[in-house]
Amino acid sequence: MNPVGVMGAVFNLNHPAHTVDWEFIHLSVANVVVIVLMLVVFALALILPFPGAANRKRGLS
Amino acid sequence: MSRVGDLLHPKDDTQSWKGRYAHYDLVKEASIAVGVVTLLAILLAVLLSSPDDKPSTIAQWSREMPVNFTAAAAKELAGTSGTAGYGPPYNHNGEGQHAAFLYPQKWLGVSHPINTANDFVIDPLKTVPNDPALASAISQYQAAPEKTQKAWGEAYAKPLEEYETALEEKKTPPKAVGLDPSTGAVTVQASGAGPIPTMMSGLLALAKSGGLDGSLLTSKQFFQTDYTKPLLFMADGGLLAERAEGQHLLGGQWGMMNETGSYPGQPWLWLYALWYQVEPFKSSANADILVMLVMGVLSLAFICIPLIPGINALPRKIPIYKLIWKEHYRETRSSA
Amino acid sequence: MSAAPPKPQRPSSWTVRVREAGVAALPPEKLLPDGQPTYVASWIYVFGVASIASLVVIITSGSILALKGPAWWHYTGVGHFFNSIHMWSVELFFFVMVVHLWGKYWMAAWRGGRTKVWITGAVTFLVAVPTALTGYVSQQNFDAQWISTQAKDGLNSVGVGAFFNVTNFGQMYSYHVLLLPLAVVGLVTAHVLLVRTHGVVPPFELDKRAVALPAAAAKADGSTAAPAGGAQS
Repeated sequence: MNPVGVMGAVFNLNHPAHTVDWEFIHLSVANVVVIVLMLVVFALALILPFPGAANRKRGLS
Repeated sequence: MSRVGDLLHPKDDTQSWKGRYAHYDLVKEASIAVGVVTLLAILLAVLLSSPDDKPSTIAQWSREMPVNFTAAAAKELAGTSGTAGYGPPYNHNGEGQHAAFLYPQKWLGVSHPINTANDFVIDPLKTVPNDPALASAISQYQAAPEKTQKAWGEAYAKPLEEYETALEEKKTPPKAVGLDPSTGAVTVQASGAGPIPTMMSGLLALAKSGGLDGSLLTSKQFFQTDYTKPLLFMADGGLLAERAEGQHLLGGQWGMMNETGSYPGQPWLWLYALWYQVEPFKSSANADILVMLVMGVLSLAFICIPLIPGINALPRKIPIYKLIWKEHYRETRSSA
Repeated sequence: MSAAPPKPQRPSSWTVRVREAGVAALPPEKLLPDGQPTYVASWIYVFGVASIASLVVIITSGSILALKGPAWWHYTGVGHFFNSIHMWSVELFFFVMVVHLWGKYWMAAWRGGRTKVWITGAVTFLVAVPTALTGYVSQQNFDAQWISTQAKDGLNSVGVGAFFNVTNFGQMYSYHVLLLPLAVVGLVTAHVLLVRTHGVVPPFELDKRAVALPAAAAKADGSTAAPAGGAQS
């Protein structure tokens, strides 16, 4: 492992992963975070208002 | 449209848009997107870096796990290792996996021939210079009939197998296998093993010196980029699997989704990984081809979603679209 | 009495034919319109361009890694930094691409003759997976050793291993740096050109009258119905 590269990281993730375990499902915390974030971002994308409403009301001129 | 056409293409009353347009700067949007993604990637790189666990070498394996190495090497010579009995694309010593009448592994044939006895043991040993005892052992082995070679192999392998099993079951290992602490040599008390003990000691010494890594890599030409032989040999042993288990990379640990350390891996492989955890795939000898076939069918279905009845109608039934187009519906309602 | 105008002859020049076909299919105003239908008003719409942006960062960081060769990132801090950017942009790429896919599914974006748009998008995802895999097995570290010795079993079982050897670094690096990125870029290009051809899929109709109303409203306030040359098919 390149020490410079690793020391360059603010948070060192080079330790064995923690896992989320349920029945036969064993997922790494990192992957669970990614998947949960995707769902959150998807939900936010649906809910949050998109800028430019006035522009769209005006239409092309 | 025909009935089949009706089934494949449900009634689609989507009209082309005759309504209003608004200014929308695509190039600006794309530029902002590239800027944002670049910044995000840089931020993640600075905060979290990326993993780079050093690769294992055969030299390391032979030094850290000499008994495991010797046991694996003995199996390669005897032709009882995983690679030896793999079948295509490495050899004809097995049919490979199949699903019902489908034998694609067999049908595509041996494209990367590997004879484990010659490629992993005998040919590398022949490169060791100035060792008449070793050279004599090799000649003796090669001159012997197959039945004799098999008997020698089994006699040598038996105490090693018992040793490995005892270690796995956390029991006291048998004294027939020993490790000389001063020389690091592995001693196996096995009568009727012929020249094999000499050959295995020679291979262990070659491995520890780093010579086996190099020997397995070079073949017909000077420049090499194909690591199949050293990788298959190492995979037949225990070092890679031991490291993998520590990093949650084994199949039963959903390893194909994971990365070394605490980094995210390939979460998009979740469905591929899932099948290996459930029956009938979990305990099947043909798990790989079965999972690949299931994923092949699902991938085709994914491509053909617009044509699949039910699946293509779900978005209309579950009105997530009302959130996406809420402004449009609000405007058209107020215009009405 | 004037003579009838001569019948236009089909040009014999291939160049002219290709140019005219291209311009007919996608005139500049349709290729790069400066307006979008007013229903394009949700954050979900940015995930397509975010996917393209991620791909740009992947290719740029990958090109820098390619400039210095596959061993560079193991022994320099700068190299490791660009490897980190490459790795995280790949994670971001799959993240935004899948959110884009979710959005497009729930919009049933294949409607109105847009089946090919869906198909090219789906195939892009399916080709991106082995593109990533060839990258992982080209890392020349323990992760590459493990992934290649494991993945070989799946590929061998279906016969693909006979001509696609994940333990052959040279082959995998070539696929990863050239062949598969070309395929991904080609598919994304086809996908985007199809989107430009058909336009962004209109909303589901809640009310049959909803389609006629926006045009009527447009005529009432004097704004044009469509951007110049940008009418959807």
